[in-house]
Amino acid sequence: MSELILNLVRPLGAPSWGRGLADRSSSIIRPLIFPALILLVWQSVGTFQLVDPVLLPTPTRVLGALWDMLSSGFLNPHLAISFQRVLLGFASGVTVAIVVGAITGYSRFWRSIIDPTIHALRTIPGLAWIPMFILWLGIDESSKVVLIAKAAFFPTYLNFMSGIARADRKLIEVGEVYRLRGARLVTKVMLPYSLPFLFVGLRQSMGVAWLVVVAAELMGASSGIGYVLLDGEMTGRAQIVMACMIVFALCGKTTDLIIAKISNRVLRWQDTVEKE
Amino acid sequence: MIEIQRLVKKFGDFAALGPLGFNFDQERILTVIGASGCGKSTLLRLLAGLETPTQGQIKLDGELITGPHKRISVAFQEPRLMPWLNVADNVELAIWDWPVEERKAAVEAALKKVSLTAFAKALPKQLSGGMAQRVGLARALVGSPRLLLLDEPFSALDPLTRVRMQDHLLEIVGNEGPNVLFITHDIDEAIVLSDRVIVLDGPPATIRRDLRIDLPKPRKRSAADFQEIKELLLADLLPERIGASDAASVAAAA
Repeated sequence: MSELILNLVRPLGAPSWGRGLADRSSSIIRPLIFPALILLVWQSVGTFQLVDPVLLPTPTRVLGALWDMLSSGFLNPHLAISFQRVLLGFASGVTVAIVVGAITGYSRFWRSIIDPTIHALRTIPGLAWIPMFILWLGIDESSKVVLIAKAAFFPTYLNFMSGIARADRKLIEVGEVYRLRGARLVTKVMLPYSLPFLFVGLRQSMGVAWLVVVAAELMGASSGIGYVLLDGEMTGRAQIVMACMIVFALCGKTTDLIIAKISNRVLRWQDTVEKE
Repeated sequence: MIEIQRLVKKFGDFAALGPLGFNFDQERILTVIGASGCGKSTLLRLLAGLETPTQGQIKLDGELITGPHKRISVAFQEPRLMPWLNVADNVELAIWDWPVEERKAAVEAALKKVSLTAFAKALPKQLSGGMAQRVGLARALVGSPRLLLLDEPFSALDPLTRVRMQDHLLEIVGNEGPNVLFITHDIDEAIVLSDRVIVLDGPPATIRRDLRIDLPKPRKRSAADFQEIKELLLADLLPERIGASDAASVAAAA
């Protein structure tokens, strides 16, 4: 009887309460199935010594190494300096990208002058910049931050510039009818219109920043997760290398999640079927 | 007085409009009617300052119009609301350069006019088509324009909402509102709303008929004089297909 009443008050087309709960649980469980399988196979390979454990330590050994580094406090300063480099590089790279993207997106004239050069610079491999940055800026923090900033610049620039350049003509006309011009038209119409593009760029930039911090920390660093990872490799401790890889994955996922949450909040005006 | 003097608009070799000229001032609502693609919207865009005339000029109370003007506002075919702004902020966009307090009061008054005060904080995605169009109308009215340009603003609405919106427009414009230049291809709508109808031929758009409508408002679609005007306009709009004597049967079918 109670099931009948629940079904009567339920909106048409909505899943039953029980089914809704089951759907939610399965949406949490489903993404974990594949990693769990990998872990199971990986653990079995190590336990049955099918591969040399020095080369492929078991997940329990890797997690043990990670726990040791965390509980002893050894990892904290390295984590802090890596975060500092990523956030500083990301912030400076995307700030420049937003300013330049707004200019080239709005003005065809400036786009024709600046954009081809940016695209040419984008094709230079990231590693090729390392010797130049070391020569110009030395081996300390600034070269690492600039390397990350350079890498973070491109995804945000490309997405944001496209967003501004492709702003809906009909909405721009509304702005023009109400006498919005220049910077005011950009801030009141084109910028909000391009926010979805900007957030895609920001998420890509943050991902790239975490990728590049490893390369940056190989540039003669004495601290950072990349340095700990390199140290693990030099001393033949594969469990340390893998533990550092897990740390990178967790840091990257956490920062991406934060940007995705901010994006969902800022873009709540979007009339979309699904939020990420 | 709105003066349109020997106006011509060409896009490359394509002559879209003119030469075309007329004045209006006494009529509250002047409707421009014509077949699709005849140049109605080009005329509206020229008046809105969104296009520059190839020749000729437009004057508002003696002042030459060379671009978007404070005293001319537009409601488009689609509501064209900024999806990131709520209803009140969308309306406020039209008067962004006013002092804050005046802006607030004007937005409140405009939303009251279109009966949307309760939806001031709603986002455009939460509105129905008719409500969104009313917000577009409120935005066009909030700055107390001298000339209001309406580009088929009700064409995407269902027939019932459309009739309601037409009544609403008549109420809003009343006797003290702005002069309205209304673009449509709906003959009934033109006769219900207008004090004067201009039928355009084209492209290039030129005046085929300039007709003053003195019927009392509100107008009944079934009235004999309403039907008579409708037949006249139909004969103008379908000259090749229909003789004036057949117009009545077409009107009945429509």
